[in-house]
Amino acid sequence: MSGATRRLVVVGNGMAGVACVEQILKRKHDFEITIFGDEPHVNYNRILLSSVLAGEKSAEDIVLNDVDWYRENGLRARLGVRVAGIDRAAQTVIDDEGRATHFDELILATGSSAFIPPIPGVEKKNVHVFRTLDDTRALLEKSRKGCRAVVIGGGLLGLEAARGLQLRGCEVSVVHLMETLMERQLDRDGGAYLLRKIENLGIRVMLPKQTAALTGNGRVEGLRFASGEELEADLVVIAAGIKPNAELARKAALEVRRGIVVDDYMQTSDPHIHAVGECTEHRGQTFGLVAPLMEQAKVLASTLTGSRAVAFTGASTAAKLKIMGVEIFSAGSIDESEPGIETVRYEDPSLGIYKKLFLKDNRLRGVILVGDISDERRYTEWLRQDSDLSSQRRHLLFPPPVEDPGLEVAAMPESEIICGCNGVSKGTIIGAIHEKGITTLSELKTCTRASTSCGSCTGLCEQLLRAVAPDFQEETRTTLCSCVPFSYEQLRDIVKGQQLKSVQEVLNVYGNRKGCEICKPALSYMLDMLWCGGHEEDRSARFINDRVHANIQKDGTFSVIPRMRGGVTSPDELRRIADVAEKYNVRMVKVTGSQRLDLLGVKKSDLPKVWADLGMPSGQAYTKGVRMVKTCVGTEFCRFGTQDSTSAGIELERRLENLFTPHKVKMGVVGCPRNCAEATVKDIGMVGQEGSWQVVVGGAAGKSVRKADLLITVETTGQALEACELFFQYYRENANYLERTYDFVERLGIEKVRKETVYASEQERRSLLDRLQRSKTISKDAWLERETPVNPTQFVQIQPIQSPALKETII
Amino acid sequence: MNREHNWTKITAVANIPPQEGRSVTVGEVELAIFNLHDRFVTIENRCPHKGGPLCDGIVSGTSVVCPLHGWRFDLDSGAAVRASLPACVTVFPTRVEEGIILVDPSAGRRITSEEAAA
Ligand code: SRM
Ligand SMILES: Cc1cc2nc3c(=O)[nH]c(=O)nc-3n(C[C@H](O)[C@H](O)[C@H](O)COP(=O)(O)OP(=O)(O)OC[C@H]3O[C@@H](n4cnc5c(N)ncnc54)[C@H](O)[C@@H]3O)c2cc1C
Ligand code: SF4
Ligand code: FES
Repeated sequence: MSGATRRLVVVGNGMAGVACVEQILKRKHDFEITIFGDEPHVNYNRILLSSVLAGEKSAEDIVLNDVDWYRENGLRARLGVRVAGIDRAAQTVIDDEGRATHFDELILATGSSAFIPPIPGVEKKNVHVFRTLDDTRALLEKSRKGCRAVVIGGGLLGLEAARGLQLRGCEVSVVHLMETLMERQLDRDGGAYLLRKIENLGIRVMLPKQTAALTGNGRVEGLRFASGEELEADLVVIAAGIKPNAELARKAALEVRRGIVVDDYMQTSDPHIHAVGECTEHRGQTFGLVAPLMEQAKVLASTLTGSRAVAFTGASTAAKLKIMGVEIFSAGSIDESEPGIETVRYEDPSLGIYKKLFLKDNRLRGVILVGDISDERRYTEWLRQDSDLSSQRRHLLFPPPVEDPGLEVAAMPESEIICGCNGVSKGTIIGAIHEKGITTLSELKTCTRASTSCGSCTGLCEQLLRAVAPDFQEETRTTLCSCVPFSYEQLRDIVKGQQLKSVQEVLNVYGNRKGCEICKPALSYMLDMLWCGGHEEDRSARFINDRVHANIQKDGTFSVIPRMRGGVTSPDELRRIADVAEKYNVRMVKVTGSQRLDLLGVKKSDLPKVWADLGMPSGQAYTKGVRMVKTCVGTEFCRFGTQDSTSAGIELERRLENLFTPHKVKMGVVGCPRNCAEATVKDIGMVGQEGSWQVVVGGAAGKSVRKADLLITVETTGQALEACELFFQYYRENANYLERTYDFVERLGIEKVRKETVYASEQERRSLLDRLQRSKTISKDAWLERETPVNPTQFVQIQPIQSPALKETII
Repeated sequence: MNREHNWTKITAVANIPPQEGRSVTVGEVELAIFNLHDRFVTIENRCPHKGGPLCDGIVSGTSVVCPLHGWRFDLDSGAAVRASLPACVTVFPTRVEEGIILVDPSAGRRITSEEAAA
């Protein structure tokens, strides 16, 4: 910092105060800055506490500025220290340790606190509020599976808290004073739609209910309503609203009404004291969402660093519910009683979609979207610009479809705000991309702060990056299916974060409870991979092939392909195969395209006997798993052989067999580049050459033909096998279900794959191999179920107890 | 329903795991019985597309997906769901008594093609 002259003190290390400091740091300034925060944490994203409670994010994930940031910017951070008073005459603040700190300029950014209604019993144990990280941690600790939790308040915060607790396994009820949920953001009908969605999640909603007292002896045991009814509870969360933290200002005799009164430049009644954030009251309005606060932070930063060029004139507030799968958006004024207001609405009860626009003189005044918020941005822009909509009247509820989604962002004016929370415009983002050479979303986040608050503009930011950044690196996100509308990445996080261990649990909590033939097998795979086999396997969620470990044929019979590692067999095995073929009238014995033998046309009920008689392990030819390793004869017999491809192939097959994969994995090992076993068109291939192996991945010669990419060249067979294992596990963990390696490698690019497998740090490589080992240890030959079937009728044909000839008649 | 039923005892409920189906031949007909957690339902075990064994399909809510080419049938009405052509399978009355599943193989009902189309 350049020779500091003025001392700036900020009280409140929350979102608005620190945003203001960030803005000041961006400009030329002469401040020495001290920040007081009574929470013992660095600046974090309060909005995402709901996600922390829901287990979707950890406390570390929501840090906005870490310790290094304070140090690097020369800020004095007094964390865990509360400011107790302000001496305006001496221009000092007094902290709770009694120390005075001088200021030339003071910013009050004390935020607000949870409003606790005067109900008898609120002081009891296990009654909480939900405002800070510490509150969240306390809730995480208290919320156990089966715990009966009651949330008082059916607004945004209350519902998010309720969902979070439910995801921790609590039985949750929401008690709300009003007749409908979120009545400040939704009209009656919108509230009714929301109610259904919340109840569908399995959360009980009780309305209108006035809580008269919290009962219990020391610890809360229940609620008593004004109506006399009672409700039992082990945990109560009060989310009944917020009240600005204006006490400090009031004691210092600054002008305070509901909040600390500020003018359009965020100045209080004392010219050296300013205020931003939820503690303020501007033109009679107080605030509860970040977007306007970020606006305030900018205005104050520019005022303090020299100019009064920008003023804060209030900002429209848009609210969105952050519960996955319950889409709610509301913005502007939704007051229908105002003269001249007309409303336009659309609803589809079975899809749970409800949209309502409030118009006046052909201009949008307010909007409610339930169940489909895809047009949120269009409406926000209409509100912001106060657009004349006469020419759009036919397309108010559904925009004319855009063919290329990229066009939508291309058509936006430069001034349009992309990130509403942080007020970042399209122009700013494009500027940053060009000037800073940004190629990834995370770089864009650090540089512009776009998409760092609620995250709902992430998609648009990506679109912009894709359109503008020449080397944009994408993380593709496809949703699994309409039953569970989340991307694979999200689902992997959810399953891990929530410790979900069965397909039905995932469907119950994050899906439509039913599931279908697409998502059930995909989720089965995901659980098996993430829990390394230590989960509840649900057979009904798997395709018939995976229930009976054979491949269903067009006539309902099955084919049986035993494992024949490396394509090598023996006279004894061949004899057994021949005997089985005769004994069970196998319709055809066929040499497959993968160097093994196929017994076609076996009845389901014969499968266990066939496997027993074969005495060979399953070749997994029916599943998304490890198929085979084709090998050539190599140095053992071939005059050109440079490596023992046969043994190496058998060893590779042994190490990976019985494991499941996103799609089938076929491998090949050849002794020289003549490539007789086609290793260069396999998912994983090892190509021997004099003194080394090339490990290649992502090859295919099926629906598409693709030459595999070189992963690495190594000297020993041990190293080559390890490289195969690294890639194999990496594919298992990161590919989308049903994505073959040829698509996976193509999508990520071989460079990224290399960096994250064979060239990853020693520690990362170890942990990939460890996880592979864990799965491997628990895996087993599926055909052993011939002795211990998972259920008694797995292979058996059911025989009716009564034959219809003997049937008795029941009236 | 007031008419007489020819209820036939099939098998113990435990023999059909939740959300799975099993086939059973009763007289002339091959049936597929499904356990939907809260009840059992029975349809003919033959997909109208190419004869696929519906008992081996994945159950999705109250429908089953044929394991061969993915046609989907509503288990209560027997109508194909989201099919390009109206198609349906016969549905048989089913109930449980003292832990035994009973089916009336003679009271199969097949909705008309107009109903299926609707
Ligand atoms: C039996 C076999 C043909 C043969 O008689 O040789 C075979 C049979 C089937 N293949 Fe294959 N494939 C067989 C080798 C191959 C090969 C050759 C190879 O493995 O070297 C390929 C090309 C290589 C590849 O996969 O990259 C091959 C590419 C496919 C594909 C296309 C995959 C792709 O993404 O490109 C499918 C469809 C799919 O998996 O979605 C497929 C799917 C099938 C299925 C499983 C279709 C199905 O879902 O029912 C066939 C089962 C028939 C049945 O009723 O049992 N089969 N299939 C071979 C069994 C090999 C084994 O021992 O396990
Ligand atoms: C769970 C949750 C979910 C939310 N979701 C959304 C959302 O989706 N969208 C949205 O726009 N908004 C949301 N909000 C609201 C948003 O977080 C607030 O609007 C925003 O944090 C307000 O910023 P602020 O800086 O004014 O206050 P805060 O972030 O509360 O910061 C004030 C800080 O000052 C400290 N402080 C107070 N008094 C003193 C003192 N005397 N001495 C020292 N330190 C003091 C406080 O402890 C606090 O750390 C959510 C809030 C919560 C709690
Ligand atoms: S890999 Fe090379 S050495 Fe081996 S069989 Fe093929 S051509 Fe011969
Ligand atoms: S046989 Fe059932 S879908 Fe083809």
